[in-house]
Amino acid sequence: MLAYLIRRLFAAAVMLVVIVMVVFGIFFLVPKWAGVDIASSFVGKQADPAAVEAVRQKLGLSDPIYSQVWEFFKGIFAGRTYSGGGDVTHCAAPCFGYSFRSEQAVWPVLTDRFPVTLGLALGAAVLWLVFGVAAGVLSALKRGTIWDRGAMVVALSGVSLPIYFTGMLSLAIFTFGLHWINAQYVPLDQSVSGWFGGMIMPWITLAFLYAAMYARITRATMLEILGEDYIRTARAKGLKEQVVIGKHAMRSTMTPILTMLGMDLGALIGGAILTESTFNLPGLGRAVLDAIKNQDLPIILGVTLITSLAVLIANLVVDVLYAVIDPRVRLS
Amino acid sequence: MTTQRTSGRRKQAFAAAAAVAALLTTAACGGGGSDDNNGSKTGAAGFDAANNKVAQASLVKKGGTLRFGGAQDADSWDTTRGYYGFMWDFARYYSRQLVTGKAEPGKAGAELTPDLATGLAKVTDDGKTYTYTLRDGITWEDGKAITSKDVKYGIERVWAQDVLSGGPTYLKDFLDPKGEYKGPYKDTSKDKLGLKAITTPDDKTIVFHLPKANSDFQEVLGLVSASPVRQDMDTKSKYSLKPFSSGPYKFESYSPGKSLTLVRNTNWKQSSDPVRKAYPDKITVQFFSDANQLDQRLLNGDLDLDINQTGMSPQGRTTALKEHKANLDNPISGYIRYAAFPQSVKPFDNVECRKAVILGADHVSLQTARGGPVAGGDIGTNMLPPSVPGAEGQKYDPYNIAGADKNGNVEKAKAALKACGKPNGFSTTIAVRNNKPVEVATAQSLQASLKKVGITAQIDQFDGSQTTGIIGSPENVKKKGYGIIIMGWGPDFPTVQGFGLPLWDSKYIAPSGNNNFALINDKTIDGLFDQYVTTLDDAGKTKLSTEINHKVMEGAYYLPFTFEKFINWRGDNLANVYTTDNYSGTYDFVNLGLKNPKK
Amino acid sequence: MTELSKSGAVAEPVKDSPAPSAFLEVRDLKVHFPTDDGLVKSVDGLSFQLEKGKTLGIVGESGSGKSVTSLGIMGLHTAGQYGKRKAQISGEIWLNGTELLSADPDYVRKLRGREMAMIFQDPLSALHPYYTIGQQIVEAYRIHHNVDKKTAKRRAVEMLDRVGIPQPDKRVDSYPHEFSGGMRQRAMIAMSLVNNPELLIADEPTTALDVTVQAQILDLMRDLQKEFGSAVIIITHDLGVVAELADDILVMYGGRCIERGPAEKVFYEPRHPYTWGLLGSMPRLDREQTERLIPVKGSPPSLINLPSGCAFNPRCPYADVPKDNVTRTVRPELTEVGGRHWAACHMTQEQRERIWIEEIAPKL
Repeated sequence: MLAYLIRRLFAAAVMLVVIVMVVFGIFFLVPKWAGVDIASSFVGKQADPAAVEAVRQKLGLSDPIYSQVWEFFKGIFAGRTYSGGGDVTHCAAPCFGYSFRSEQAVWPVLTDRFPVTLGLALGAAVLWLVFGVAAGVLSALKRGTIWDRGAMVVALSGVSLPIYFTGMLSLAIFTFGLHWINAQYVPLDQSVSGWFGGMIMPWITLAFLYAAMYARITRATMLEILGEDYIRTARAKGLKEQVVIGKHAMRSTMTPILTMLGMDLGALIGGAILTESTFNLPGLGRAVLDAIKNQDLPIILGVTLITSLAVLIANLVVDVLYAVIDPRVRLS
Repeated sequence: MTTQRTSGRRKQAFAAAAAVAALLTTAACGGGGSDDNNGSKTGAAGFDAANNKVAQASLVKKGGTLRFGGAQDADSWDTTRGYYGFMWDFARYYSRQLVTGKAEPGKAGAELTPDLATGLAKVTDDGKTYTYTLRDGITWEDGKAITSKDVKYGIERVWAQDVLSGGPTYLKDFLDPKGEYKGPYKDTSKDKLGLKAITTPDDKTIVFHLPKANSDFQEVLGLVSASPVRQDMDTKSKYSLKPFSSGPYKFESYSPGKSLTLVRNTNWKQSSDPVRKAYPDKITVQFFSDANQLDQRLLNGDLDLDINQTGMSPQGRTTALKEHKANLDNPISGYIRYAAFPQSVKPFDNVECRKAVILGADHVSLQTARGGPVAGGDIGTNMLPPSVPGAEGQKYDPYNIAGADKNGNVEKAKAALKACGKPNGFSTTIAVRNNKPVEVATAQSLQASLKKVGITAQIDQFDGSQTTGIIGSPENVKKKGYGIIIMGWGPDFPTVQGFGLPLWDSKYIAPSGNNNFALINDKTIDGLFDQYVTTLDDAGKTKLSTEINHKVMEGAYYLPFTFEKFINWRGDNLANVYTTDNYSGTYDFVNLGLKNPKK
Repeated sequence: MTELSKSGAVAEPVKDSPAPSAFLEVRDLKVHFPTDDGLVKSVDGLSFQLEKGKTLGIVGESGSGKSVTSLGIMGLHTAGQYGKRKAQISGEIWLNGTELLSADPDYVRKLRGREMAMIFQDPLSALHPYYTIGQQIVEAYRIHHNVDKKTAKRRAVEMLDRVGIPQPDKRVDSYPHEFSGGMRQRAMIAMSLVNNPELLIADEPTTALDVTVQAQILDLMRDLQKEFGSAVIIITHDLGVVAELADDILVMYGGRCIERGPAEKVFYEPRHPYTWGLLGSMPRLDREQTERLIPVKGSPPSLINLPSGCAFNPRCPYADVPKDNVTRTVRPELTEVGGRHWAACHMTQEQRERIWIEEIAPKL
């Protein structure tokens, strides 16, 4: 198990290096081939030549790509100092680059934005797990009835309606129409109830989409599991039906759900761009959206890395969890 | 302002010499008195109530929190580095200048008035020396007095373009055209005040020595890039995160792209400031990724106004016009939307073929594509924005664009084609930015009406983020055969040079970053500009402005679409609201107040 | 018509008679499943009796209704069926003096695992893959015994030891996939016997196992039955399995009983052509194989539309022996063909006896 973990972590690290190189390639090499000057994109298109040159120097853009990647990684562990034109900017470790657009290091931006996205993802996950799985189980148990059909119609609409539609709709009704919820983000450390009030609609909107998917997968899995021989065995033992469903069937049903949950959380940590943009939540998704709008490449690079890292970690956690749940799976 | 609007503000050099202040006095005061009615049921002053006039000035109460929202953060809050129009407007909250625009609506707002200085410049030495004396009682946010050396240091920062990129460089071009000074961060003198063109004989006196007279100099000193900066508070590239305040408010917190909060600078004294009223206690700015969200918050009353001042998005605009018309103003933005005809692309080397396009176009449909008369603007009939002195608006309409031929005149266009030697028409390409849906719609409208006169145009949507590299390169334009380029342009400040010099003067044709898309190389126009910058009386300047505009139109280099207007939201709780030509028809932020501070 | 056997497990038609004295008595059991295609009559009027300490073998092809019968007795015929369409069951099932179909479902649930237990065909799929053998046996024990986990685990180890699992104190913590097929079935048996049930239903207990293991499991079951004194129902498609264990045999076809009687009678004097077919397809170790095995030709009947007359008639080589096409029009009733031996066939006793002796028996 430990050896497996070490091996997987090593593979993840290698993967990250590859991702960094690919992202570097996309952001720095491709424009070079296309004949676009990166340095001038950092300072704006009417840039003074001296400013362009200073940025090129500061960022080491004239260095070969491998040394740029090396500098980037060195910065993560040892910090980095950018200097040019008599101005010295220190970016403390872990330095994930420096945004010359907004004059701030990338890492504090990530750590500032991360809790918002994490709160959004986890809160929504709790909701969609509870409601999605419950709806899926109920519609499996009430298969073919009006309850099942109704739940599945709702699920289908949840899956097919885009976030910005449901988001805007809920805002139009509850915030701008009925004035029930203000839906403005308040940091958790400022006010717990304010945070909750600001997050509840994003949670529900995001959870609606995912709950729909989870309900469908839960229903299908549950129906399959209920036909398993070991469920019949459990009944033959004289177990109550609640225990048969709640313990024996749920345990098996949760396996694919946990796998999905891991992957979905990993992807959401990278930023629920639409939800964050619709509800104006200052999370990673909005950071990357604004960065794209402002061509703020270091931020994009940083968020991409965090996303990749989150997905890799989620993958690993899912694999380990899988082995914990299902004794038949061996980590090797 | 968005980058789009900003592009017009960026001028690499400026060679005008004119007494702008004098000129503005001649121009009729666009405003009129203040309108103090109580407005609609919600308290809103009424449609266009703050457009070139003051709305509800008497209802203003001191205190409260003024709440801005924006879809775009400033390029930089560093006074040296900002170039967005709204940033210049907003920066007056925390920065003061020697001179600045008057706190008055419309054209008067663009008139200069003393701010840190006791009066306008004492100009001597044939217009080459400008002397100012500083007021008493002017202080930094820590209570220390603002000195002439702080002003000099602030201006010197413009030279440090390698660190403080982004802002306008007029000061550098006027005071040190040869670029001898290397900026304060490379300054070897002990006090870092090595710029020879500025002297500070004492803490209250500052003297500017221009190598060459330039009567627009004082106008440039009115830009926020001429604000004082105190050397011990200069955090260089990070100054934009927390500028050290010389104005009535100071930065409390700023998180780029998220929010900005200003609070009262308790060391600022009302008695020392003739311009700023500083009504609210606190100013907040909240940024959004989604313009619709912003509009919803404005409509909902969660925010008082849009900091970007670029107009509402189509969705919010529709709702607002229907349900909250009393909260809207419909000012002219100073922008002209147009098509330019590069003469390097045949047959646009022939003036008759250019005329054929102008005559054949359906101007009403182009206006509709731009958003119609309210959201898009009036049909543009010539190339000088109505807010610029010398402009005649729709009265000057050499091609009957807004008149009899407003839906296009096929006969006249065909006659022009015949005169051009292309009686059966020709084929060409319309270049349009792919990230501007409105411009793409305009291109399609133009394409449709040209079809009727036998001109076949295909539309090439190019990468809008790479505008400078694609249409800014005359070589590329020729290679791609872009006969028609869809663009827009607005002035940094309203003079004919401020708007037209980079567009029309042959000296501004550049191999890259070119803005003279039509490649106008007309000795008459060049000569008129030269004459303009040396003309001191405003009557003469106005006449020359008109003349330049006429020459450009006679050359048929441009097909103007609209004199742009936009729909601006004015929250119910706002008082003392007015648009100012100093910032292209946007509200003058620095004197906004609230009716009910507790709201 | 109540001719009750005093001597053991006897399958006997007993109708309209309350409160039987037999340990288990099934009367006119019908289990029907509504489907989109029609009503599937899996069991359609089955009756039999079983005494304690005796073994009944229910034999038939897949789809003959034998497994559904066992699920019906256990009250599991609707298990896993959620939603609108549920199995319809009628008739009477008397266990130890209580009628189960009309009893409170929760009462029946409490009987399950304690009074009546079941062994399933494939122990790998019948055991939960995520729980250890021990956990599953402990659970089965603790449902019906209010003991702590430690006690229950001791009991589990004891049971594993009893069914012949080596090192039971270690193997108790193994997962099903860590067991061999035979060991798994032993564990399954241990689990079903953990509460000393009086009725044990084994549904194809050896089908999934290889031949040598099959014999071991059958031996084990025989020993255990002697030890525990339970009544046992073995359900199988393989007459060979019941040959060694069963006291009585019930042959099912198309959801009905077509022949039943003491094991030696059914084996040595079978009186139904279908039983002959089954015997012909049975591999026999006690006899040299002179001819190839002859499976029963044709396929099992549709349970939605049973052939009219004798359900077996389309596959029966002797369908034309009785006169007037009677096999295709009239359903044959069970009639006694010897001491406690019944068969449902239109042929006369003499005809069947002659065919058996002259045509069938010599080939087996």
